[in-house]
Amino acid sequence: MNSPSDSLAPTLDTQPEGEQLQNEERIAAAPGEIAPPSPRGDLAWSAKEALIAGVVALGMFTPMIGLLTDQNINNEVILVTRWPLLAAVVIACAAGRFAIAYFIRPYLAAKRAAPSRPVARPAWRATVSRWFPVVGTILLVFFPAIVLYTSGIAGSIKWVDNFGVQILIYVMLGWGLNVVVGLAGLLDLGYVAFYAVGAYAYALLATHLGLSFWLLLPLAGLLAACWGVALGFPVLRLRGDYLAIVTLAFGEIVHLVLLNWKEVTGGGAGILSIPKIGLPAIHIESYVSLFGMTLPKFAFFNIKFDASPEGFAHLFGLPVSSAYYKIFLYYLILILAFITAFATARMRKLPVGRAWESMREDEIACRSLGINTVTTKLTAFAIGAMFGGFAGSFFAARQGSVFPDSFTFIESVFIVAIVVLGGMGSMIGVAVAATVMIGGVELLRELTFLKQIFGPDFNPTQYRMLIFGFAMVVIMLWRPRGFVQTRTPTVFLFKRKAISADMVQEGHG
Amino acid sequence: MAEPVPASAAVADPIVTVEHLTMRFGGLVAVNDVSFQAGRGDITALIGPNGAGKTTVFNCVTGFYKPTEGMITMRQRAGREFLLERMPDFKISARAKVARTFQNIRLFGGMTVLENLMVAQHNTLMRASGWTILGLVGFPSYHQAERAAIDKARMWLEEVGLTERADDPAGDLPYGAQRRLEIARAMCTDPELLCLDEPAAGLNARESAGLNALLLRIRERFKTSVLLIEHDMSVVMEISDRIVVLEYGTKIADGTPDAVRTDPRVIGAYLGVEDEEVEQVEERLDALEKQG
Repeated sequence: MNSPSDSLAPTLDTQPEGEQLQNEERIAAAPGEIAPPSPRGDLAWSAKEALIAGVVALGMFTPMIGLLTDQNINNEVILVTRWPLLAAVVIACAAGRFAIAYFIRPYLAAKRAAPSRPVARPAWRATVSRWFPVVGTILLVFFPAIVLYTSGIAGSIKWVDNFGVQILIYVMLGWGLNVVVGLAGLLDLGYVAFYAVGAYAYALLATHLGLSFWLLLPLAGLLAACWGVALGFPVLRLRGDYLAIVTLAFGEIVHLVLLNWKEVTGGGAGILSIPKIGLPAIHIESYVSLFGMTLPKFAFFNIKFDASPEGFAHLFGLPVSSAYYKIFLYYLILILAFITAFATARMRKLPVGRAWESMREDEIACRSLGINTVTTKLTAFAIGAMFGGFAGSFFAARQGSVFPDSFTFIESVFIVAIVVLGGMGSMIGVAVAATVMIGGVELLRELTFLKQIFGPDFNPTQYRMLIFGFAMVVIMLWRPRGFVQTRTPTVFLFKRKAISADMVQEGHG
Repeated sequence: MAEPVPASAAVADPIVTVEHLTMRFGGLVAVNDVSFQAGRGDITALIGPNGAGKTTVFNCVTGFYKPTEGMITMRQRAGREFLLERMPDFKISARAKVARTFQNIRLFGGMTVLENLMVAQHNTLMRASGWTILGLVGFPSYHQAERAAIDKARMWLEEVGLTERADDPAGDLPYGAQRRLEIARAMCTDPELLCLDEPAAGLNARESAGLNALLLRIRERFKTSVLLIEHDMSVVMEISDRIVVLEYGTKIADGTPDAVRTDPRVIGAYLGVEDEEVEQVEERLDALEKQG
């Protein structure tokens, strides 16, 4: 049983049937003792494998690590040798291979050999998945109050702004892109373009025309939706990888236009001093008499968050602080995100949402049922883009300035990663993924104790992409279809049963 | 051509008329000047050896291919006429009321059985939801329409015997049930003509018999005409009112099952063996299947 050709030969990995057969034999042979506590591989075979790995590593790393060309003081090229480092790397490779061959593979094989029993979903998990949205919503609503209580007014700014607002922007972007990627199954790698359209729409119209945020917010969404359709048209015929490439290019075009159209966008210098958002309010301006009745005439105005006598702090008799504005922004983005969630959840149960999902499942079948896939795709792009535009105009107002570099490809990657990690077009999954990814990156700034370990020059935020990438790999291995592994049906006859991920298509464009 | 193509036998009230249909893929002529009619309320079968161009004719009728030449006229019960070769595929289903199924089943595997039937009623529900706007604000008329759609889906689930599986993913159903669901889904679009591409492929003898009963019921109760491609002679000979035989893209026979059965050209080209022998072979196969 322990000979390498039997349990450890690599060919078994490509022959699941053979393996299964073997497993059944094992079960039949020893029903009581299927998984010994710590199985070991074949020692000779493992040593041989380790030796091969060591030789391969030596051959590969001698030119890469062992030899280093450098310049000496006379500007001559000299060869520096690093034999100890090379030895360490080669030994590490050999030892790693030995560990895999001798310990890990037999362990995994034994684990696989054990008969898999259908594991009943524990009851607490059903409770968690049922109450999670409710508890999450309550927490989100009371988050500023909790932070104010624990950190005080000045201390709350960081938590509300860097964590709360920042995460919620990405939650909203994730929910917006979820319509395109999660529901309609169209891989859009240029989503940041719509975010940029919303941001620049607000920045330009507010600075040049002095229009209010409350007017420009829907306008920015509308403009972004138009750009969504503009992107949608040329890519209608494209599927899968080709669609992803074109959307990526679209995002880059928007970024480059923002960077180079200096007359309008200000180029790399961006647009500065964008007006802040004011709290909308109504007051009675005067009274008019109409048919003998005295009616109040209302006027709409914005309470500004500044130190002026008409500002929010003075008006409510509070000490001047920027915290109020941050808390106001927090609730604004929370409301915007909830509007996105509500609209998306609602649309999923409407025919348009079912058409999106059926398009993801099978586009040809969709057309055979009389669904116009052209308009269905365009609505997905437009609706997704519109939410991106809302988020963009909020972003511009919150930052007070916009630069093309806020809308680079890596932002699109972040948003796509959030949607993919969330899984199965699930709103809860996206919210959790955004919190983990963005909150995690922000938390890195807080890890000052790492400086004591790695020295004062160590800046954890510089490693964020490394950690981000590593976390993605681990999460995708652990949960290949994202945090949420089931799809909830939109309608049911007797009982709502979650659909497991292996039934659901990922979409091919 | 040595032998003249048999003239299309006249059909009293054709629902679909195919005239001089030719489809070329590059240098390959998949369908060559095929003309036939399918009668209203009839079950018309399209048969022929593999590669005869049956599915190509089907894809032309349902708009998935645009024919190189020829005309396909659909005449609805109310008298409206549609030139199918000029319409995009989704409009053929939505306007001309021609529904189809696929040779390799195309269900929405990750959606429930009920959802599959709801998607099929997309256009009705879309209108009721005010193109999403009224539905988004929770307009009561949409809820009514949705309830009606669920009732219709439930009716079809009963018709094909899948009521208990309504909330299971369609991809979880056994093969025969998937075939039935695909027919139910096509019927949910309220078609006047139902096109079935090898509906009995992969079914056992009992399931085939069930399919025959279902198709006859569809014709009786819903007055839907059926156009089907089939290899299973037990289905074709038993329920078809009319059979069109294709070989190498050309029509070689067209008529009632009895006429086609005795047509020497069909026997020679398609069946290859005598009629009685076919039945013997079929019986042997059925017996084997029952044993297995």
